[in-house]
Amino acid sequence: MPLFGVEATFWALLGPFVAAALSPFLAKTLKHNAAWLLAVIPALAFLQFLSFVPGIAEGQTFKASLEWVPTFNVNFSIYLDGLSVLFALLISGIGTLITLYAGGYLKGHENLGQFLSYLFLFMGAMLGVVVADNVITLFVYWELTSITSFLLIGFDHLRRASRRSAVQALVVTGGGGLALMAGLILAGYQGGSFELSELLNSGDVLRESPYYTAIFILVVLGAFTKSAQFPFHFWLPNAMEAPTPVSAYLHSATMVKAGVYLLMRMHPVLGDTELWMTVLPIFGGITLLVGTILGIRQTDLKLVLAYTTVASLGLLVMLTGTSDPVAIQGAVIYLFAHSLFKGSLFMVVGTVDHESGTRDLNRVGGLFSLMPITGTAAVLSALSMAGLPPLVGFVAKEVLYDGTWHTVNGELWTGFAVLGNAMMFALAATVAIKPFFGAKVKTPKVAHEGTVLLIAGSITLAVLGLAAGAFIASVGHQLLSPMTSAILGVPFDEELHLFPTYLSPALYLSLATIALGIIIFMYMDKLRVIVADALRAIGWGPDKGFDQVLEIIIRFATTLTQTVQTGSMVTYMRATFTVIAFILFVPMILTGNWPKLQGIGSFYAYEWFIAAIAVIGVYAVLTARYRVTAIVLLGIQGFAVALIYLLFGAPDLAFTQFMVETLSVVILALVMTRLNLKPTDARSSRGKAFDISLSVLCGAGISMLLMSIVQLPFDPTLSEFFTQYSRTIAHGRNIVNVILVDFRGFDTIGEISVVMVTGLAVLALIRVRPKSNGNSNSEKNR
Amino acid sequence: METLFSVLVGILFAGSIYLLLSRKLVRILLGIAILGNAVNLLIFTAGRLTRDVPPIIPLKSYLPVEATANPLPQALVLTAIVISFSFLAFFLVLGYRAYQELGTDDLLDMRVAEPKEHSEPPLGY
Repeated sequence: MPLFGVEATFWALLGPFVAAALSPFLAKTLKHNAAWLLAVIPALAFLQFLSFVPGIAEGQTFKASLEWVPTFNVNFSIYLDGLSVLFALLISGIGTLITLYAGGYLKGHENLGQFLSYLFLFMGAMLGVVVADNVITLFVYWELTSITSFLLIGFDHLRRASRRSAVQALVVTGGGGLALMAGLILAGYQGGSFELSELLNSGDVLRESPYYTAIFILVVLGAFTKSAQFPFHFWLPNAMEAPTPVSAYLHSATMVKAGVYLLMRMHPVLGDTELWMTVLPIFGGITLLVGTILGIRQTDLKLVLAYTTVASLGLLVMLTGTSDPVAIQGAVIYLFAHSLFKGSLFMVVGTVDHESGTRDLNRVGGLFSLMPITGTAAVLSALSMAGLPPLVGFVAKEVLYDGTWHTVNGELWTGFAVLGNAMMFALAATVAIKPFFGAKVKTPKVAHEGTVLLIAGSITLAVLGLAAGAFIASVGHQLLSPMTSAILGVPFDEELHLFPTYLSPALYLSLATIALGIIIFMYMDKLRVIVADALRAIGWGPDKGFDQVLEIIIRFATTLTQTVQTGSMVTYMRATFTVIAFILFVPMILTGNWPKLQGIGSFYAYEWFIAAIAVIGVYAVLTARYRVTAIVLLGIQGFAVALIYLLFGAPDLAFTQFMVETLSVVILALVMTRLNLKPTDARSSRGKAFDISLSVLCGAGISMLLMSIVQLPFDPTLSEFFTQYSRTIAHGRNIVNVILVDFRGFDTIGEISVVMVTGLAVLALIRVRPKSNGNSNSEKNR
Repeated sequence: METLFSVLVGILFAGSIYLLLSRKLVRILLGIAILGNAVNLLIFTAGRLTRDVPPIIPLKSYLPVEATANPLPQALVLTAIVISFSFLAFFLVLGYRAYQELGTDDLLDMRVAEPKEHSEPPLGY
């Protein structure tokens, strides 16, 4: 049973985020030794997840849930089965070692605290991805891993290459994440549940859904971008710009496997179809070969490892894609082995780089006697990577060959696997032999063994690879077979043996792989030249394509912005009023609801007269030649409106309007006499014609809208309410005043505040002047 | 009766919009002043018109004795008049200061925020 109960897992999930918050402070006081203290948190999480193992090996699963947004089926729920628990163990376990390693690697770095903080944020996010039960929760964590990966790759943000790689990783994995979200939501609605634990029991519902292809493409896009499958593989080697602890942790052992995790997770409901068994093995196989071939090309040890990681991910996707139980068991063992040996090898390369000052294949050699522990870790891990006994990598290769050999199109997939593994063998040999054996080469720094913090991780993982090989039967029963069962959706438990018990085809394939690998290793230098020449001949790759696509997007956005936003106020105003004219007329045209023509009613002569004054006033303002005339005419128009208020039962409005108009005229006169109002309009006759038509159109539209409104029956509810209660409740006889100060008193407070703020703003505008003002106008007017 | 007022409101709007479409700061300010009146009159008219009788309750009564003008739009317009006045005052001073700082009252020359020359988009990382 779990150590502290299933609910304690929530604390294990929270732990890394707490550590992220603590890191900067601890690193400030304890320097690199803070790593020792901080590593306790992932170690505790590891123990918590480890306590589930016996139960899960017996076929149990564990669930717990906290409500988040239940109305949208979003819960903070966790689901632990063989698949998620092994991933969680790898993340927290390797995370513990990486924390130590980071402390040693960035010893003395001023931003160590920040770095550890990002690293823990990632750890928390990644644990969330693999234990999340709710698909929305999973997606949130998924994107969080992309973001933290961005932060970590761009850690050395003063270098352009770092920034580029960070952006690239974010765009590729984040973009895939969006596809994944759509896919998961679609799957959730089709499958009837947003909880993976329920969705996985829905049987053939998704496979028979008409949206199966859409779900498949979206989910696979998310997985392929995250797990760097061809043609999205290019971001992963670029991500090696990050400090080595990041490469070891995110870009080999954990995050890049999130895509594989997703495919494995969804296998019970999406797998085992013709589409699945075609697309996945083909892309996986191509990725395997492309990764290894590009790996041969490299001389930078870290890049060699990066490309073999791409290849290994391809292999995992290919195996998952076969939907064959034994092949999937092979994938599980390989995934486990890969996390151990690749994490270890990255740390080894980082240590070599850190201690000798270079990680170029041709500039290191004979380091074994100087760095015996690191060298041992390198040899053990490389043996596992090469698939040699007695390491766990050997078992993985045996089982996966056994699996692929018996599937549909097995010859093809086996061919891919043998070729890929042979090249992987050669590359493993290169990584282990080149730096540590042979003649001593003078390195930029005098090499010596790394500190405890630096070597603890790599040697632990390497020895674990050896131990896992030795105890493969119980490791298989406790950890690996439960994971295979979870992927398959049916119990699977075949005993694993370190050494083959009979002469199977897999053994012959293994021998062929080794033979081929040795040949490739011998001709490595020649092959490197050939691959380099071939790549130069092609000259274009998805990496360049990424830049081109980005440039096209940016240029398009710029052109679009410049077209839409010309910077000319006149254009903006014309566009605005054109839209208003459309809004006014389109509904009337579409619905045919034109206002009815009615008689204008009977008016007294003086009412006509006042209306005429208003109209004439406006017309005169338009045509005024001098600014004083314009101001006076504006006042006339305003007074005419005030008279209208007076005649139609609104004395309060009339008085206010009189006052405001008077003030407006005074202020206008004050300001405008200082402005230079040219008599000419400065508009071309065509522009004038357009503006006149536009304003007449808008005016006519508003007229007709108002006509339509007043032709509707009047709803006097509110007016009656105010009239009725004005005296009885609010004790006032002037209803308009009562509304203003009583019923809607807060509105009036708001209005007063607006006036006050405006007053302050006016004051500020007038009084605040730039200190050094060479503008002659302002001098003149002061 | 409201029909005539609708036409009047439309004319005020048309005049104000024509001024707003101008290039010259001063004409735009005049347009804003007229726009305020146009909108107020629109609200007033939409609340229906009643001649002569203001919404005031006689001294000895608790309710108006005859049909009065609609008090609601009056209350709204009263607020609006004051707000549009502050608006106008602010814009006047803003326009005045802009003229002082930039030395022009032509909108096409006021291009500090959106300069005429387009710069290259940021293509690097």
